[in-house]
Amino acid sequence: MEILGLLGSGLLEAIEPLNLALIFIGVTVGLWIGAMPGLGSVNGVAILLPITFLVPPGSAIIFLAAIYYGAMYGGAISSITLGIPGASTAVATTFDGRPLALQGRASLALVTAALASFVGGTVSVLLFTGFAPALASVALSFGPPEIFALMLLAFATFVGLGGDDIPKTILSICLGLVLAAVGYDEVSGAPRLILFDISGFLHGINFLVLAIGVYGIGEMLWTIDSTRGSITMSEAKLTVKGMVSDAKEATRRGWKGTTIGSLLGFFVGVLPAAGATPGSLMAYGVTKMVSRNPREFGQGHPGGVAAPEAANNSASTGSMLPMITLGIPGSPTTAILLGGMVIWGLTPGPRLFVDESEFVWGLIGSFYVSNFAALVINLAFIPLFIWMLRMPFTILAPMIFVLSVVGGYAAVRDMHDIWLMVVFGISAFFLRKFDYPLAPAVLAIVLGPIAEPTLRQSLLLSSGDPMIFLNRPVAGPITVIAVILILLPLFKVIRNKMRGQKMAA
Amino acid sequence: MTFTRRFVMAASAAAIGLASFGATAFAWEPVKPVDFVIMAGAGGGADQIARFIQSTAEKNKLTSRPLVPNNKGGGSGAEALIHLNKTNDPDHTILVTLNSFFTTPLRQENLGIDVMTFTPVAMMGVDPFVLWVHKDTGITSFEQWLDAVKAKDGEWVMGGTGTGQEDSLVTTFLKQTFGLKMKYIPYKGGGDVAKDLAGQQINSSVNNPSEAKGFYASGDVVPLVAFSDERLPAFPDVPTIKEKGYDFSYYNQRAVVGAPGQSAEAAAYYQELFETIYNTPEWQGYMESESLAPLWMNPDEQKAYWQLQIDRHKELLAKMDQ
Repeated sequence: MEILGLLGSGLLEAIEPLNLALIFIGVTVGLWIGAMPGLGSVNGVAILLPITFLVPPGSAIIFLAAIYYGAMYGGAISSITLGIPGASTAVATTFDGRPLALQGRASLALVTAALASFVGGTVSVLLFTGFAPALASVALSFGPPEIFALMLLAFATFVGLGGDDIPKTILSICLGLVLAAVGYDEVSGAPRLILFDISGFLHGINFLVLAIGVYGIGEMLWTIDSTRGSITMSEAKLTVKGMVSDAKEATRRGWKGTTIGSLLGFFVGVLPAAGATPGSLMAYGVTKMVSRNPREFGQGHPGGVAAPEAANNSASTGSMLPMITLGIPGSPTTAILLGGMVIWGLTPGPRLFVDESEFVWGLIGSFYVSNFAALVINLAFIPLFIWMLRMPFTILAPMIFVLSVVGGYAAVRDMHDIWLMVVFGISAFFLRKFDYPLAPAVLAIVLGPIAEPTLRQSLLLSSGDPMIFLNRPVAGPITVIAVILILLPLFKVIRNKMRGQKMAA
Repeated sequence: MTFTRRFVMAASAAAIGLASFGATAFAWEPVKPVDFVIMAGAGGGADQIARFIQSTAEKNKLTSRPLVPNNKGGGSGAEALIHLNKTNDPDHTILVTLNSFFTTPLRQENLGIDVMTFTPVAMMGVDPFVLWVHKDTGITSFEQWLDAVKAKDGEWVMGGTGTGQEDSLVTTFLKQTFGLKMKYIPYKGGGDVAKDLAGQQINSSVNNPSEAKGFYASGDVVPLVAFSDERLPAFPDVPTIKEKGYDFSYYNQRAVVGAPGQSAEAAAYYQELFETIYNTPEWQGYMESESLAPLWMNPDEQKAYWQLQIDRHKELLAKMDQ
């Protein structure tokens, strides 16, 4: 009951006029930052951090958290309308959002994204309010072996992602892992795979460069090739009645994805080192796996939009948990927020909940309010985004190209990345011609940098004994499930063969 | 009469003040946003300091053009050093450094970087290192720690930020001086090390106070010994390794440097700017709360200090390879 009292006062603080105004401004700004390809919540929060001195710390963090939230909603917009992930957290949203838009159902995708985000955000805030301290100790109990087991599970869910061609999926994963290894080796501290001695590879290959290359430029080439440039984007109509029926369909076909995304996203977000991007990719994989019609995923299934969107919002709240309870960032954006707390004169760490209870509960209260504000603002903007889609492809294509280039540059501000992105885009086009799935490569470049160091740390801990992944109480079960999932397709193949033999006999 | 005399004196003082102010403030000023390069990724200790400096400058309106943080942490900071080395606008490019400023060019000679060509700006402070254990180990002194490590015979797990990084040099010192055998698990940053010590995934760590102090405040981790010249004000009961009779201290530098080839006017501008920032109550408060030690130096002293550190790190790295 004490929690309810604290939450009540937190909510009251969040709806003070200044804070309420900041929430609305923050969510709107975040929405646009998130919608710009390449610019995500990290950039938004980092850019606006210095101006937060004008208000007290409690309001400052509410403002930045609102930007974070808004960006999570906004990322879906360009993923759906343009096919370019607006932020790394929204890559999985392109998988089904883009096909829906091409079928003239962009409004269904956008409504699904908004509703799923709202549910994901709300579920995670409720979990946050109820179980923050307990979950903090869960986060601490996750050492390198546990994180690696979790990454293994993520890969396992994705073996099924590339359709039925498992060898091609595995090849795509390997390609992504090699790209993820470029840069520098954390264990020995030495540069590694600096291809052609180009210094641009020293900072590794940014995940967004690959994602924008594949989904922005590659997709554009694909559309030009398959339609010979003669199309306009399909007619997208929008009426209030249409939006209501979209909302109904989103609920009917997206509830499963939303549920999975909300819970999985929150849990993955809570773990330091993971964050919203792996969370949304995993949610997509799991939703597809448990779906009765997995073949519809990738062709425009609302569940494929709902899962990653629910997950990335849920994970963004989740990643605030280790930040507030332990002073550890759960995602790149919360790392910046932590820096902000130091600047405002607070001491992040395990004592914050006790010493600065007003600050913490004001922030938690603002999550509820921000979430609601984001839903309303997002739904209000949908007609504008649909209007954008009605532009002829001859105008849209150059726009996508410009946005891709700007987005690829924004991440690290290095021209090298733009050339690399173009190379990725062209390669992606040809790989797609040969039916290679590309999503697994994108997944691998996100998870590789988490999986590799944790694998090596674990093996250093155990002096090279792989049993460390099986004989620890948390890592063990996760590893077993992951291995079963990886072997499942193999069993299916064998069973089908045997059945085929019986039929023949 | 006295009134007039006082007035004249005040007026002339003001005039002198204005003149000197004018001379320094308008000799050179940035004409576009300053590329404020950080030798580490977003969210780490160096990044936090850079953003704190930036926001202090912003808050007090100290610069006519903004400092734009630019994280280039790749290759242990090699990326940042290359970026400064080849910039075509050295007057608008400055770098926040760690000790990888010294170690990276030594460890990666093929980069062709000579840090002595860089432009000294300001030494904002030095970050001490402390040896930490989890409270559940029951260890409360350095001697007990030595016994515990020896008893584990190679199974003791030390966490750090990677071979060749600052804390690994301290760990190497401990291993070689006391004949210890232990595992060394590398992490991405000091914050990750602190978290895994609090979660007891590792047995001990060598961390900056700023990285571990949250878990220290909650009582999860215990400081055993400081590798500083004197006891740290925030940890008055923690002895230094020098008190134990070993002449060793190690700090991580938190310094700002300019790109090679920076003009004297631009360098003078940044030196004055960072001196102003250094003296703000914000920075002084930050140094105190994060246990940074002051080590203010003029540009010539900074260069001499660099040479000293290069020589010292050559030695330390050679020992590590043994």
